[in-house]
Amino acid sequence: MKRFAALYQELDRSTATLDKRAALVAYFRDAPPRDAVWALYLLAGGKVTSARRKIAAVGEMRAWAATASNTAPWLVDASYDQVGDLAETLALLIPDPAQTAPERGLADWIEEVLVPIANRDEAERRDVIVTAWLGLPFDERLVFNKLLTGALRVGVSQRMVQQALAEMSGVPIARIAQRMLGAWSPSPAFLRDLLSADELPGDRQQPYPFFLASPLEGEPDALGAIDDWLVEWKWDGIRAQLIRRHGEVALWSRGEERLDGRFPEVEAAAAALDVDCVLDGELLAWQDDTAAPMPFSALQTRIQRLKPGPKWLADAPVRMLAYDLLELNGADLRDLPQAERRRQLEALLRRHPDPRLRLSPLVTLADWDEARALRDESRERGVEGFMLKRRNAPYQSGRRRGDWWKWKIDPLTIDAVLLYAQSGHGRRSTLYTDYTFGLWQGDALVPIAKAYSGLDDKEILELDRWLRAHTRERFGPVRSVEPVQVFELGFEGVNLSKRHKSGVAVRFPRILRWRHDKPADQADQLDTLKALAR
Amino acid sequence: MRDLVQLRPEGLYCPAGRFYIDPWRPVDVAVLTHGHGDHARVGMGCYHTSAEGLPILQWRLGDQDYRVQGYGETFVLGDARVSLHPAGHVLGSAQVRIEADGQVWVVSGDYKRQPDPTCSPFEVVPCDTFITEATFGLPIYRWPSAADVARDIVQWRDHCAARGEAAILYCYALGKAQRVLAELKPVIDRPVFLHGAIAAGVDVYRRAGIGMADTRLVMEDGGKSAAAGTGFAGELILAPPSAAGSAWLRRFRKAQHGFASGWMRLRGNRRRRNMDRGFVVSDHADWPDLLRTIHETGARRVIATHGDTDALVRTLNEGGVAAETLATQYGEDD
Repeated sequence: MKRFAALYQELDRSTATLDKRAALVAYFRDAPPRDAVWALYLLAGGKVTSARRKIAAVGEMRAWAATASNTAPWLVDASYDQVGDLAETLALLIPDPAQTAPERGLADWIEEVLVPIANRDEAERRDVIVTAWLGLPFDERLVFNKLLTGALRVGVSQRMVQQALAEMSGVPIARIAQRMLGAWSPSPAFLRDLLSADELPGDRQQPYPFFLASPLEGEPDALGAIDDWLVEWKWDGIRAQLIRRHGEVALWSRGEERLDGRFPEVEAAAAALDVDCVLDGELLAWQDDTAAPMPFSALQTRIQRLKPGPKWLADAPVRMLAYDLLELNGADLRDLPQAERRRQLEALLRRHPDPRLRLSPLVTLADWDEARALRDESRERGVEGFMLKRRNAPYQSGRRRGDWWKWKIDPLTIDAVLLYAQSGHGRRSTLYTDYTFGLWQGDALVPIAKAYSGLDDKEILELDRWLRAHTRERFGPVRSVEPVQVFELGFEGVNLSKRHKSGVAVRFPRILRWRHDKPADQADQLDTLKALAR
Repeated sequence: MRDLVQLRPEGLYCPAGRFYIDPWRPVDVAVLTHGHGDHARVGMGCYHTSAEGLPILQWRLGDQDYRVQGYGETFVLGDARVSLHPAGHVLGSAQVRIEADGQVWVVSGDYKRQPDPTCSPFEVVPCDTFITEATFGLPIYRWPSAADVARDIVQWRDHCAARGEAAILYCYALGKAQRVLAELKPVIDRPVFLHGAIAAGVDVYRRAGIGMADTRLVMEDGGKSAAAGTGFAGELILAPPSAAGSAWLRRFRKAQHGFASGWMRLRGNRRRRNMDRGFVVSDHADWPDLLRTIHETGARRVIATHGDTDALVRTLNEGGVAAETLATQYGEDD
């Protein structure tokens, strides 16, 4: 655990990417494979605990720590409000050991101590956890608690971990990324295969890492002639890879989850092809014979259904709009230019016309001015704007700037009143940075959205000071404040919703600016927002 | 029985002695606990201070009507018998003991119980009512030994040296900087470089005979010293927090930034200040020492003045000690 705790501390301290990567390389190089693969699993967002493997619930940990440190439970809560990170709070409260317990590696801790007590009686789990706490120095207690509370949150991206592994092993990062997709178990065998220089049988059953577009800030004219670009609509659906290899079909979401069974109509369309291929595209709920897709909320209800029955299939039929061809008959096409992959994709789908598997059409435009004019129709068409893809670019992995841009329409905006504030997490844990906003309905303010981002550090500090001085009530970490401050919020869309008190659900709300100039009574009405809902 | 100390717009007031303690508005008679800016301000008719604290006040407030009192020596103000006792916070810091109307009250000012080579150690003064600070009034605040932290600082400097970087350590110019230098003295092998604002306080402490690590000025030789020529690579530099992010930093080609404060106990505070390192060294009592001190004074009534008073007050009340809060204007810097 010492080594892993030291790695955690180095990653937590450093803000420089190069330093973090160097720390990762050194760790993966020196740590025993059993420990290294668990570290990889945790850094990639994997968890030791789960719904089926209950080791220590958050409430239990608070109670156990209160007893073990002789601290009143309310004082544990007050401490947590100040720290903002439960693992850190409890590590700070537990006393330092008079004598450190013998060193145990990360894998031993997990496999020999934590996993065996999963789902046991509370008393048994408590004894093991408290004994562990009382034998570990602070840095290791902190990391130990992070294993139990779930998330490391140490500012390391998946890509950075993969870069470190690639640097250490010489295996190309694209292959490492591909091998890490989907679910895997943290065994030394997995790590050995992950870093194997040879092609492995399993390599052919994985999706490719998705190439992600960057938001286009400013005007597209800076991108050069429009002739260098393929322009498509930007769909508001679920990004997915449809894989057909040796006649077997798999569907993967961008979130690296397998969607098999959820969209049988799309899988059937892939099964009907006569070639193997990997398609990249967008899943959309779309009624036949209509010009625009159904709102995103229709798709959202579909994705919940593991095996949708005939009614679901009829009420919200799903189709895939394909826009890229990554593999054809076993050949990796990702290094071909965008336009060439597109040409082969068009040829493939032309041979297999199927309403459930269609081409995402190209938009033909003379110049950027025409593009700007057409983009203004996005909302009526049920799309979010344009995708711009450089004709001669290969299919890359992750969010690489330069060749794929999303040129989205300006967000919808509304002026809302700040109602509640809650302290943030991580870097912002000592500040109130999570805000809830409301709109007027008669003379009451109804909460409509939470937003976390959009203010700069100076504004966050100013607002933090203001709301501490203008708090009405406190409920644990949440404060209600005087309804005075008005903010312009931007969001991507509004759907009617029965689950929300306000009757509407906004998509991707964020703060655009602080309206110091606007009194609260001039903020918008809830009805104004409802009128925008689809 | 009336309260010996009351809150007035000018500050904490003792009606029996007709004097104020650390007032924030001009008054005739002030008794000061120590020289930090939120406790010692200009504009008072006269200042009662500990003898150890006099040079600090002369540095911070200039020429004033000072009435110097030795620790433990009783002086009379109005109907009150008053004495100053070491608080262990910074050089010259004092608790104020007030005896009148058959009661004894003690105003702690800022204090700590950890050993500190730069000032007299805190003295437990038995009293009926104890007015305590509560800057770090939560059980998450427990201090490591300052000697260990000093070794960590040297290790950090060496780590920076291996990377060709300067190690810039921010700390408050009065008290914290000198304490860090005193703790470094036995464990450091090279001089420490000082920002001008820190050097002034170090001179005051040296004249008072406090032993500290060797120091040089960053601006030595008009800023053209050998160390300056290499951008101070591998050197430890002490600077006030206000220097962070300022143009003054341009002379350091590559640098890491650290902060020495009790607030660095929380990772969130370190990250919020964008520091590479946080060193937990505080001139205030941590949670166990707040509780221990209150217990040792034997006070049956406790008044918390500044900091995180809510948790301390509730804890004391639940433990059978009558506790309340007074809203003063003292800060929470450390």
